Amino acid sequence: MSRFAISEVAFDLAPLREQLLGHEAGACASFEGRVRNHNEGQAVQGLFYESYRALAESEGEVILSEALRRFAITRAACVHRTGELALGDLAVWVGVSASHRGPAFDACRWIIDEVKTRVPIWKRERYLDRPGTWLHPEPSA
Amino acid sequence: MSVTVLYFASLRDAAGCASEQLPLPESLGALYATLADRHGFSLPASKLRVAVDGAFARWDSPLREGCEIAFIPPVSGG
Repeated sequence: MSRFAISEVAFDLAPLREQLLGHEAGACASFEGRVRNHNEGQAVQGLFYESYRALAESEGEVILSEALRRFAITRAACVHRTGELALGDLAVWVGVSASHRGPAFDACRWIIDEVKTRVPIWKRERYLDRPGTWLHPEPSA
Repeated sequence: MSVTVLYFASLRDAAGCASEQLPLPESLGALYATLADRHGFSLPASKLRVAVDGAFARWDSPLREGCEIAFIPPVSGG
């Protein structure tokens, strides 16, 4: 089963949450990354995301498998949008279930951090008054 | 007798295309140097990762006819 997905369209959270649930899962933590209207002091109108889809999906699966080994969690999933996104749109969702809340929170945080640094997805910011720019942060950032 | 090179994000904008067919290069480093010169890529190879046939690869990975090469600029998902 694919637990990491790239989605070219807006997606529903309800079925994603549902797949995390189970009688052994006393905790369910999730993270929503949304498009905000500013970055580094500049007004942002929206974002365009693109991915190297085949590699993004396989690297995403590797991250989720690593999370399941590192943390005492039951299930983990992640979906990342590509395409044009408007302010407030959901860009990325991470969900984790576990017996207890500690590992659920920890794994959720770890997964989003790894996704941001390892998965081949790029964002281009849109501005009101000038051409958009691709963000290529320093690997340590 | 060629390889396919994929471009993403700022590299795609600079190249003006998403991919191109090129003769089998000597090495990934030599290929990137040639392309950086041709397309005006500003990112140095030291800032990039590279993938061959859909998997992350080392810069000294061997290449073969028909393989698919992608230069991966610093990522910014999330």
